[in-house]
Amino acid sequence: MNKPDIGILIVDDEFSVRDSLSRWFKEDGYRVAAAENAAEALKKMQEQPWDITLVDIKMPGMSGLELQRRIKEIDKNIVVIIITAYASVESAVQALKEGAYDYVTKPVDPDDLSHLIQNAIKQRALAAENILLRTKIEELSKTGEFIGESPQMKKVMELVRTVAQTDATVMIRGESGTGKELVARAIHNNSNRRYFPLIPVNCGSIPEGLLESELFGHEKGAFTGAQYRRKGKFEMANGGTIFFDEIGNLDMKLQVDLLRVIEAKQFTRLGGEQVISVDFRVICATNKNLEKVVEEGTFREDLYYRLNVFSIFLPPLRERRSDLPLLAQHFLQQYSLSMSKNITAISPEALDLLIRYDWPGNVRELQNAIERAMVVGKPPCIRVEDLPFQLNSRPKLPEADSLAEVEKEHIINILDRTSWNITRAAEILKIDRVTLYNKIEKYGLRK
Amino acid sequence: MSAISLVPIGNVSEDLLTRLAKRIGEIFRVPVFLQALHFDPSMMFDSYRNQYDSTMFLSLLVKNSEETEGKILGVTEYDLFVPVLTFVFGEAQLSGKAAVVSSFRLRPEYYGLPVDEILLESRFEKEAIHELGHTFGLIHCNNASCVMHSSTYAEDIDLKSNSLCSSCLVQLASGDLVTAKSPP
Repeated sequence: MNKPDIGILIVDDEFSVRDSLSRWFKEDGYRVAAAENAAEALKKMQEQPWDITLVDIKMPGMSGLELQRRIKEIDKNIVVIIITAYASVESAVQALKEGAYDYVTKPVDPDDLSHLIQNAIKQRALAAENILLRTKIEELSKTGEFIGESPQMKKVMELVRTVAQTDATVMIRGESGTGKELVARAIHNNSNRRYFPLIPVNCGSIPEGLLESELFGHEKGAFTGAQYRRKGKFEMANGGTIFFDEIGNLDMKLQVDLLRVIEAKQFTRLGGEQVISVDFRVICATNKNLEKVVEEGTFREDLYYRLNVFSIFLPPLRERRSDLPLLAQHFLQQYSLSMSKNITAISPEALDLLIRYDWPGNVRELQNAIERAMVVGKPPCIRVEDLPFQLNSRPKLPEADSLAEVEKEHIINILDRTSWNITRAAEILKIDRVTLYNKIEKYGLRK
Repeated sequence: MSAISLVPIGNVSEDLLTRLAKRIGEIFRVPVFLQALHFDPSMMFDSYRNQYDSTMFLSLLVKNSEETEGKILGVTEYDLFVPVLTFVFGEAQLSGKAAVVSSFRLRPEYYGLPVDEILLESRFEKEAIHELGHTFGLIHCNNASCVMHSSTYAEDIDLKSNSLCSSCLVQLASGDLVTAKSPP
């Protein structure tokens, strides 16, 4: 900060103090103003921002202590320095307890005052930097937000917002590629733990023998090759969130360990004796039918109940086809930027194909399809021939056998495509609206 | 600004004043005169602090020199203070008419060291130029060797030169200076 950018407000009922301090700071090049009482000071606070304020503790009317509270209500990051006479040091100490940066006793040594102001400026700059960094973190944490207007996704977003404010353990269910990690990140980023790390652990991709060391860390010499002490994922997640992906793949021994750590929030590193206390939130995800694996005896029932406190189900993409145009456009813009390619649209035929396809790999498959189309496609738009599944494979058709089931699935698809616009859906189906309503009722369909 | 007047208050050596006037003239490139003003220093004395109020000093200087053109520098051996600070080496009206400088705390013997008249004169000269610089609108300079660098210890004064740095010289020459005037 340059000195002319730093504003110092002096509040003292004694003219000589205001005057001498004003001169002193002006000679240093600061922007300076003085107020003879609390009312004038608060008026100046409303007029323009100040970085540092020097407040006399004893003034007629509102005291310096009360003024400090009011000033902090206007700008909680302002640096308040209390000016006091020897007799009122007790009040100054009270002011410090309430957030004053420091206090000076009149008369103050010029060198002490000079250093105090320099340190206060550093404090103010740090606070400003802190705000800037928090804003940046919040901006970063916004990346990867959900795309979707369908009722199913609106419900998911509402659940995320609700559970984020709590410390409850969350179980995210859904097919592969539906965005379970994205939901875990959204919960973390909207929680009070967002300034601490989110540590993902993929229970399916780490070899069994290594997972224990990955989770708990190890001491030097704990096993062959353990040359250094290493922190585990639980320690790294301290203050934040630990996200267990593919929790259904965790082996039985680690299920016991995990249950113990989740309940006690304490553990020891491999080869160590020191008990380490940690504070973390657990989010887990699975594409397995956990109830079935519990029944089969490969997943502990007690752990299942401990993890399944708050459940969020992510619908497969084929059940929210109305979100497809939005998602496709989102990925198109993303790759257009990263590949510096001027493809800005999807042809109506290609979009129709995207909507009709069943997407067994869900959003991840759609993302890959758009990426591939961006690589092979030419400006200005993605065409049918750019898509990876149109040449050798037809879009998947309903697997139902009976005519009624085929009709039901087809109506669902068209309703999803039109975001339940009955008139438009009836036009596509080439039936009247009343017939469509009757069929919706017959098949028990709901938005 | 047409001239600078040096006003001794109390017992100040005429030789010292003459040498000071010469150096100030070289720096600010204006004629420098010695001027005698008669007022009672006891009016500025604070018996509780056993010091002299420098702000009052400035007011009296201005009041007693209404006829005088240009800047006025009060030169004294009295120990100066402003109410909120324990002491000051000097004080000035930023972009104003008057400044005052004291030798009291510039003397090495004040800090228990041997008398050193040469060192005293060097410090006195720097502080006089520094305070007059404020009357011309110069503020404290970040350049540690510039005479406008802030000094809160006598030893700080020894570290800087008795000249303005190029940046302050340019500001002085171009008039690109602080114009806000502090109330007297």
